[in-house]
This record gives sequence, C-alpha cells and structure tokens, in this order.
Amino acid sequence: MPRNRKSARRQRMEQAIVYPLDWLEERSGLIGGIRYFLFRKVPADTNWMQTLGSATLTAFIVQAVTGVILAMFYKPDPNSAYQSIQHITNDVTLGWLVRGMHRWGASVFIILMFFHMARVFLFGAYKYPRELNWIIGVLLLVLGMLEGFTGYLLPWDQTAYWATVVGINLNGTAPFLGPFLAQFLRGGAEIGPDTISRFYSLHMLLLPGAIIGLIGLHLYLVVRLGVSSPPWSKEAAGADRVEPEPTPGRRGLLQPGARGGIPR
Amino acid sequence: MEPAHGDDKPHLPPPSLWPVGFAIGVACILVGLIVRPLVIVPIGAAIAIVFAFLWARDATRDYRTVSVPEVEPERRPPRRRARAIPAHRGEAGMPEPEPGEIERFPRSIFLEGATLGFGALIGGLVTIPVLGPAIAEAFVRGKKHEFDLGPITNFPVGKYVITTFFTDPSEGTVSRRTAYIRNNGDSPKGPSFTIISNRCAHLGCPVQPNGPVFDNQKKTTHSRSAGDVTIIPALPAGFGCPCHGGQYDKEGNRTAGPPVRGLDRYEYLIRDGHLVLLKPFSVWKVNGTGANAKIQKYPLTNPGDHVHGIESWLYPWQPPR
Repeated sequence: MPRNRKSARRQRMEQAIVYPLDWLEERSGLIGGIRYFLFRKVPADTNWMQTLGSATLTAFIVQAVTGVILAMFYKPDPNSAYQSIQHITNDVTLGWLVRGMHRWGASVFIILMFFHMARVFLFGAYKYPRELNWIIGVLLLVLGMLEGFTGYLLPWDQTAYWATVVGINLNGTAPFLGPFLAQFLRGGAEIGPDTISRFYSLHMLLLPGAIIGLIGLHLYLVVRLGVSSPPWSKEAAGADRVEPEPTPGRRGLLQPGARGGIPR
Repeated sequence: MEPAHGDDKPHLPPPSLWPVGFAIGVACILVGLIVRPLVIVPIGAAIAIVFAFLWARDATRDYRTVSVPEVEPERRPPRRRARAIPAHRGEAGMPEPEPGEIERFPRSIFLEGATLGFGALIGGLVTIPVLGPAIAEAFVRGKKHEFDLGPITNFPVGKYVITTFFTDPSEGTVSRRTAYIRNNGDSPKGPSFTIISNRCAHLGCPVQPNGPVFDNQKKTTHSRSAGDVTIIPALPAGFGCPCHGGQYDKEGNRTAGPPVRGLDRYEYLIRDGHLVLLKPFSVWKVNGTGANAKIQKYPLTNPGDHVHGIESWLYPWQPPR
C-alpha cells in the first residue's frame, strides 16, 4: 500500500466538497472563470507599487458598502437632510463610524486613484497594448471626482451648500453651454429641493453604476493583457501567455492535480 | 433582385391615382376628428388604408414581378451510402450550399436587422420620456417673480436695510433670499429704490455689507407671496464677498477682486403702498447714485459670466429662468 494513500474517510470528505463545485462548473463554467481571473502568471519582479490598483478597488468597495448603510438613514430633502445626518452621527449605533468611513474613505479613494495613476505613468504601464485601460482609468477618475462633487452637497450644511453653489457656478462659466450645464445641475434656475435629491440620485445610482461597469472593463483588460513588468525588469517583454502547470505541491480545490476533480 | 436602372427605362414608380384616394382618406380622418370622431374617422382610416395598400402594391409591382431566372434542377449523383444526418450534428451536418444558392435573399441578415432595429426603436421610445424629467424639467419650470416685502414705510430713506424673504414659503429655508434695499425717497417718477441682490457676480456666494449691522432693530413682517420678511438696518460702506474677496461699492459696482460685473439688482413696483419685488436682472455698471443712477442693465446671467465687452461673446445664450 503506497504511503500517501489517503484514508477512505478523507476521500469522501474531498468528494463532498468538490461535488458542488463540480456541479457549478459543469453548468456555468464559473469556477474556470474564477480560476482564469485569479491564477494568472505575473512577472517575478512585481512589487508593492502594483498593489495600488487593488487598494483603490478596496477603497471603492468600502465606499459602496458604507454608502448603502448611510442611504438607509439619510433623507434627501432640504428640510430634513441635515437632521438625518445629525441622527446618523449621534444616535445610530456606530453611525458616527460608518459616516466617518464614508467621509474619509472618499478622500482615500481619490488619493489612491492618483497614486495608482502615478504608478502606471512612471512604470510606463500605459503603453501598448494597455492604452485603452489608461483611458478607462481616466474616465474612472472623472467619475470618482463627480462622486466627490455630488456627495459634498449631501450633508446640507453651510459648507456643503456654498461649495456646491460655487462648484455649479464654476461650471456655469464654461463658454457657450456653461449656463445650461449649471441650470441642468441645479435642476432649475436656483438651488432648491430638486437639487439635493438630484445630486443624491446621481451620487448613489448613476455614478456608482457607471463606476462599477468601468471597473469591470478595467479588470477584464488587466486580466487579458497581464500585469506589466517594472521598467527595470530583466524579463523580456511581450512573452506569450503561458498557462500555469499545476504542480503537485500546490493542489487545491480550484487547482486540481492529475487525480481529477474539476476539469480544466 | 432590383431591376436595372438604365437611361432607356421609364422612371419608376409610374404615375398612379392611388395617392389621391389616400389623401382623400387622410382628409376624411381630419374632418372626422372635428365633426364625428366615432363615425367618420374609422371610415376615413379604412379608405386611407385601402388606398395606401393599393398604392404600395402598384408602386412595387415592378420590383415584385421581376422574372426569376429559371434554376436548373439540382442533380447530384446518389451517394453510395446516403445516411440521414444525425440530429446531434445539427447545423454542422447540413450540406454546404452551392455558391450560387446563397445570398439571394439573406434571411439571417433580415432577422439581424429586424432585431437590432426593433431594439433601437424600443430603446428610443423608452428614452424619450426619461429626458423630460431628467433634462427638460430644469429649463421649463416658470417660477413666479412677485414678492410683497411690506409697506414702504418700513424702509428708511437714504439707508440700506438687509431684507430676507422667501421665493417659495412652502419650500422652507432653501428658498430664502437676501437683498440690500435702500429707499432713495421720492423722485419725479414716484418712490425710488435701490435693490441689490446679495448673489456675488463672481461665483454666487452671498456678499456681506462692509459695515455695522443693527440686529437689535430687526423688523419682521409677513406676506403670502414672500413668507416671513425680515428687515435689518445696516450701514455699509460697500459690499464684500467672504468666498474669494470680491468687493463692490454702495451701488454694487465692482471695485476689486475676481467678479466680472456689478451686483445683480431686482426690478420692483409699488402696489398699495407696498414694495413688490419683481425679476432680478444683471448689471454691468452703474453710473451715479440713488434715483439718478444710470444702470447698464442686462438679462439675468449666471454668476461669473460676462455681460459686456468681448468676453461676453463667450456667453451668447442664457437658459430660460
């Protein structure tokens, strides 16, 4: 009897775990998709700078989650918006923390986007064939700043109100169509009840939806084109994508060995 | 297949009288809409549909009756062991079409076009109503511009007062506006007022009076159109904006800082001894003071937009307010 033969009980356990995954894979191909997404070859000399993109994504997810919670308590109405923020901060359990995470996380998100952009620029990672991903990233930056602009009004205090007045009127000074853009943003000739609900809707529905869609495209291109080596890399650029060989020592549920399991 | 268009062929479609019948049907519908919608309109519609069909049939006859060239019957040597195509092989098992057989009328292309076309049509039909509230609403809503600020005796002659009022009392504080009002006394044309908007002509922050404000002499009145009106005496040497430092003199002329023009003003009228505020308007410059001021007046313009000089060419249009 070979020494590495597993006990019958352990085999049954593994089967029980693999079976539902197998079932899902056969019907959807999702497991293979996840494997394609996660188990990629990356250059051996990647470094911490190349985690800034994931950090930005994490910051966005924090914004999304805390935003959903805040939306449960926030009232986008000129006569109750400020009071609802006070309620979140002072009365709701850990509301101060969630609001703080959203408020400071917004700055973190923007700052990380700039750091990520600087990394891509300095590493030359925007060059062929990754130009399109740079363009998508710029669109994400613009949408992120629009999130900042629309979110800034929502606390509905003096700072929020007058900063938004100034921001809208800045748009109004654009030549030719500027005044129309300003009126569109205000939802009328003056800031009023429609403005705050309009900004709220843009802030939590339209802009995040667009950001999520573009992040999907952004990640798809990262996976498709691969991670670029740093400029000082000794590895030759432009090597073909090589499917990783499963090594016996790294067998896992999603990375099965020759014994079977989920078909590759 | 389309008939070849040569110079020697008559123009297609040939003249016909069916359009006249179609027009009569349409006329019937229009008349019926006014006279007897339930009776005459269906008759007109029936006439129009019948003649439209005849017209279309006539106009497309030459396209439809083009003679299709006789196709040689297909003859294939029988295969030695002809087998039925197994179902699971599906389309891959179908025989390859002969080169001349395909592309006479590409059905798949028609279906593709129909799917995309209907999709676009439905998408468009759904999108159009959405544009109403999303975009048009911001430009069509006419606000009333008539605010009763109380008896003119509340406004001391020759002194500025800070007046706040509500453009729509039901909306609450968000509709509160501030104007600096100075009663210039009687003039040959009746009582004269200088009414300056507190909206900075730079980017719209609230300008403040540069001078003491006498909060303890505050007066409050109420009117249906302007809600609670407060009147606070002040002694400004000019007006200044806290945001970016724009400065104005007592007539609202820019004296320093980033503003591109003078402060906006309000039109007004006196009704039953009450001061009634009307529409605001934009001002390039004011020469003179009080009742004798010569105001260079422009339609209300966004803060930061030039109204005078070569820069104003950048802002040829302002949205309706």
